[in-house]
Amino acid sequence: MDEFLAMSGYAEYVWPSLALAVGALLLNVWLARRAVALAERDARRRQEMTP
Amino acid sequence: MSWAWFHRFGSPPWIYGFSRRWAPWFGGLAALGILVALYGGFVLAPADYQQKDAFRIVYVHAPSAMLSLAIYTTMAVAAAVGLIWRIKVAHAAAAACAPVGAWFTVVTLGTGMLWGKPMWGTYWAWDPRLTSELVLLFLYFGYMGLRAAIEDPQKADKASAVLAVVGVVNVPIIRFSVDWWNSLHQPATRLLGKADMDWTMTWPLLLMFLAFTLYFGAVMLVRLRAELLRRERNASWVREVLRG
Repeated sequence: MDEFLAMSGYAEYVWPSLALAVGALLLNVWLARRAVALAERDARRRQEMTP
Repeated sequence: MSWAWFHRFGSPPWIYGFSRRWAPWFGGLAALGILVALYGGFVLAPADYQQKDAFRIVYVHAPSAMLSLAIYTTMAVAAAVGLIWRIKVAHAAAAACAPVGAWFTVVTLGTGMLWGKPMWGTYWAWDPRLTSELVLLFLYFGYMGLRAAIEDPQKADKASAVLAVVGVVNVPIIRFSVDWWNSLHQPATRLLGKADMDWTMTWPLLLMFLAFTLYFGAVMLVRLRAELLRRERNASWVREVLRG
């Protein structure tokens, strides 16, 4: 396991690369879902104001 | 042959329903593909004989780089369609592409720098491939900044579409920069046919290309829903959607 984590001496480059990619993938999902939630809230508010 | 089916793509309620139905499927398949490809690339694939385990960065770097270009091209095509045929959904699709494309460009540059340090001895060089990819990031920022700066949505659509279409000239420059100029960056790797990599290393990469593309499809469709809701918030179909 230690050998795997060490990545033949390149761990300080390999793992941050993976973390950056996975972090960006997860963040994008969250941002997209938040954009829909905000747009829905805004549209609801607009429609409540109009008769 | 009837083209009636094609006109549905210009209908906001139809696209909204399409997005709601298909985004979870795209997202689920993408998640599964990414997990399997990561296991294949980081656990099953053998270390490279020269780069050792540092080569594993390719499994996140190359698919991100491919997507950063493909998303910009998609955005430019959608913007051109919106500009020429005045289709609102096309402008919304272009706007939905931009933030996802910008993030993939950030990942490409970040993972490229982390790979460059042990292989080239530096995080950054003003090399044609690296510099043109950085220009791509600025083009994404410019597109999003321009949209945010113009209050009138129609004017914002038009101005940002022109920028997206003009900026697409950078895509072939990035793609062929390693062939046209001397570059620290390696030329394109052949993955099929007479491949440069062993199959045990290649299949996780091909799977990751597919999974990242599905991921883009899922996130773009969700963002497209948000765009359509913002643009059509006073429409009767939005009232029905919000009720349901």
